[in-house]
Amino acid sequence: MFDQAESFVTADGRTIGSVMMEMKNITLRFGGVVAIKDISFDVREGEIRAIIGPNGAGKSSMLNVISGFYHPQEGEVWYKGARRPEMKPFEVARQGIARTFQNIALFEGMSVLDNVMTGRLNHMKSGILSQAIWYGKAEREETENRAVVERVIDFLEIQHIRKTPVSRLPYGLKKRVELARALAADPKLLLLDEPMAGMNVEEKEDMSRFILDVNDEFGTTIVLIEHDMGVVMDLSDRVVVMDYGKKIGDGPPDEVRNNQAVIDAYLGVAHD
Amino acid sequence: MFPDQFLFGVEVLLNGLMAGVLYALVALGFVLIFKASGIFNYAQGVMALFAALTLVGIMDGQVPFSHLINALFGTDVHHFGWHVPAFAAILLAMAVMVGLAWIVQYFIFRHLVGQEPIILFMATIGLAYFMEGFGDMMWGSEIKKLDVGIPQGGSFWIEEATAFLGGSNFYGFFIDQLDIVAAVVAIILVVLLVAFAQYTKQGRAMRAVADDHQAALSVGISLSFIWVLVWSLAGFVALVAGIMWGAKSGVQFSLSLIALKALPVLMLGGFTSIPGAIVGGLIVGVGEKLFEFLIGAPFLGGATENWFAYMLALVFLVFRPQGLFGEKIIERV
Repeated sequence: MFDQAESFVTADGRTIGSVMMEMKNITLRFGGVVAIKDISFDVREGEIRAIIGPNGAGKSSMLNVISGFYHPQEGEVWYKGARRPEMKPFEVARQGIARTFQNIALFEGMSVLDNVMTGRLNHMKSGILSQAIWYGKAEREETENRAVVERVIDFLEIQHIRKTPVSRLPYGLKKRVELARALAADPKLLLLDEPMAGMNVEEKEDMSRFILDVNDEFGTTIVLIEHDMGVVMDLSDRVVVMDYGKKIGDGPPDEVRNNQAVIDAYLGVAHD
Repeated sequence: MFPDQFLFGVEVLLNGLMAGVLYALVALGFVLIFKASGIFNYAQGVMALFAALTLVGIMDGQVPFSHLINALFGTDVHHFGWHVPAFAAILLAMAVMVGLAWIVQYFIFRHLVGQEPIILFMATIGLAYFMEGFGDMMWGSEIKKLDVGIPQGGSFWIEEATAFLGGSNFYGFFIDQLDIVAAVVAIILVVLLVAFAQYTKQGRAMRAVADDHQAALSVGISLSFIWVLVWSLAGFVALVAGIMWGAKSGVQFSLSLIALKALPVLMLGGFTSIPGAIVGGLIVGVGEKLFEFLIGAPFLGGATENWFAYMLALVFLVFRPQGLFGEKIIERV
């Protein structure tokens, strides 16, 4: 559709950069069940890329492939112009890819501040010994990282709950803390698995605003999965549509909205 | 002036506290591993034995596997003929425990990720018996004396300072110097462990892994590294416990059985709480000594120390299953 290396301007007048990540012919099976069947798509620098589709379409599986939790049987993942070897999730995270989870995976026993601080772990370089004794470099590092974390906390407007244990927070705020932790890692690519699932209208609006602000302010590339069509259409620059593990549409929201296969998948048409 | 009977009670209490500290040391090793990996490490006591054996072996310049070597090659080696100073030997023994942590992670638990707790538990039972045999093969099974320079015997200073409290038949409190050293070391150890967990990068990662594996992976924490770290820390705690118990009663097989005394300590303190292990240890130590003194010896024919801790733990299990400090167990319906 577009040249890989070239940037282009979307219908909304937003400039999208060159290809950052490319999924090539990904197939993922669990035993006999095919969760993802031969799907290819790319993610470009600075864009908000949505993956949509009905329940069980394989959207979360795709996100898990990107973040290294699942390993596809076939296909290749290309990141920053190089083929990525099979990686463990923590190695993917160290490459600058942060994520949130559909069912929220926070450290329930820790405070909000401590949770967000864990996002900085990979930016701390001090060795285990100087850490244990905690002098000089380690101390300076701690202060610097703390400053970054405080900025993220301000940005997502969760100052008032900084010291609160996460287990005491309501669902909507937990989602926001999880986003804060992902942001604290200063990611190149941010993966959001249903960031608005289970939220009320007001919370959804807040979250949409934060996602747009993150993209604007930090230039973070975002891949998100979402059920709510309205939200997806407003937020994203380009959309991949999945159904039964297959890709049935790919393009800007307006184009996808009028795609017959997509309409069928969402309204439900007998498959033959 | 206090009545002698009362003063004797106080002495029993003080000695109970000291014994409790030693129980707490062993319990601490259990808590570290259980918190970070959900593994109840039955081998913790054997680890203390193994650590102590290794320490003595290094200090005396013993040739490891000497029986095996002699049997295979018809040689007669047993000692290198040198003596390693205590401090250097402790560092070397620690290095061995780190190596052991690595082996345990890479050859056993790496392959058991995501298994049922009972399977992990069985694996640690296997590990315990393997290490017991391996330790024997490496260093021999005879009872060894461990002397790292910790003073032993009653503290005259304390006896003289407290002698005025009682009448002419009271000579002051008798407290073993070794117990005092053990208490001080245990306190320092706990402060260091808590500081490590709270304020360092690895400590934070350790707490993160203890809380949620999936989330820990997503922020870039290597679970394998953390588990090796945790087993190393548990090995370190085992070494300290092994030194204290070994110096007290010699390095021998029964050392590994002190782990069983840590079980009631854990039930009291909770399996996931470091302060809980300490308080639990103190309660068991003081409880069993006082019970023996006040009720056991006069009314029940004595020897209640063998079972009192388990009885107390049973009562706790019924009324407060998560222990004093453990995380609350809430089951959602």
